[in-house]
Amino acid sequence: MGIQNILWQVAKKSFTGSIIGLTISDRCCSVVPVRGDSMSPTFNPQRNSYLDDYVLVDKFCLKDYKFARGDVVVFSSPTNFGDRYIKRIVGMPGEWISSSRDVIRVPEGHCWVEGDNKTSSLDSRTFGPIPLGLIQGRVTRVLWPPQRISKIGQ
Amino acid sequence: MASLSSSFWTTASREAMKSGVFIAKLYCFLHVTTNYLGFMAYAYGPSMTPTLHLSGNVLLAERISKRYRKPSRGDIVVIRSPENPNKTPIKRVVGIEGDCISFVVDPVKSDKSQTIVVPKGHVFVQGDYTHNSRDSRTFGPVPYGLIQGRVLWRVWPLRDFGPLGPTPT
Repeated sequence: MGIQNILWQVAKKSFTGSIIGLTISDRCCSVVPVRGDSMSPTFNPQRNSYLDDYVLVDKFCLKDYKFARGDVVVFSSPTNFGDRYIKRIVGMPGEWISSSRDVIRVPEGHCWVEGDNKTSSLDSRTFGPIPLGLIQGRVTRVLWPPQRISKIGQ
Repeated sequence: MASLSSSFWTTASREAMKSGVFIAKLYCFLHVTTNYLGFMAYAYGPSMTPTLHLSGNVLLAERISKRYRKPSRGDIVVIRSPENPNKTPIKRVVGIEGDCISFVVDPVKSDKSQTIVVPKGHVFVQGDYTHNSRDSRTFGPVPYGLIQGRVLWRVWPLRDFGPLGPTPT
């Protein structure tokens, strides 16, 4: 029948397309929205969910887990592994970080992440250094809204 | 003569494009299978004897159960090491979140033992051969996000082909 054939073709094409899209999103880059204001003013400078930033997350860095201080990364939360946070790396393994009461050395294979907006950010000052293996990508650009398209630096 | 050679190149490039597209689709299919369904792992080393052989085993690990249920005690899991994200050791889950675990810190050196409570969202992993194993006794409990998959089956060596699961103890 014509209709069955057309439906079968559509199903095959969408299955292949979704597999290719999933691979590109995992290996190459993906687009994620930024929620909350813990990274103001880098992301979401105003508290209004209609104007949330959408950013490009690069996944090529996951091949060797090579990161540097100053990278903005997406990682899954160490306490609640379904949640994903976006914060900036401020300490690489071996470096010393001064937190509220003492000075902490970042252990091997971990990193210290903090939000740019220190007043309202849930980050390593609360849950400690995170293993590098939890990182799911590095943010390189802001894609939306159009007047904020830019490359992220430092 | 000129038209024959150009049609050869056009058909050759068309065939190359078709194989290229096929290889790209195959790569994407393999990627989705190994990252979302299950993967094969080669395990060697002394830390999981006698369950896993010292010289080498090929294991089948699955990635489906970690999405909808938490790991349970006795599972053998592949984790991404908290000390080096490029390494993926294989250990057994000995404690889940909320458990109070007592362990001997270094059985080779002394009998000193330590007791900790596994924090929320973490698991305590330990190799079966505690005398020669770098595990949570050294690097602490491991967050769920570092678990890559659960080992189900041993494929090689063939004389030990069969399921791998919680030990009777």
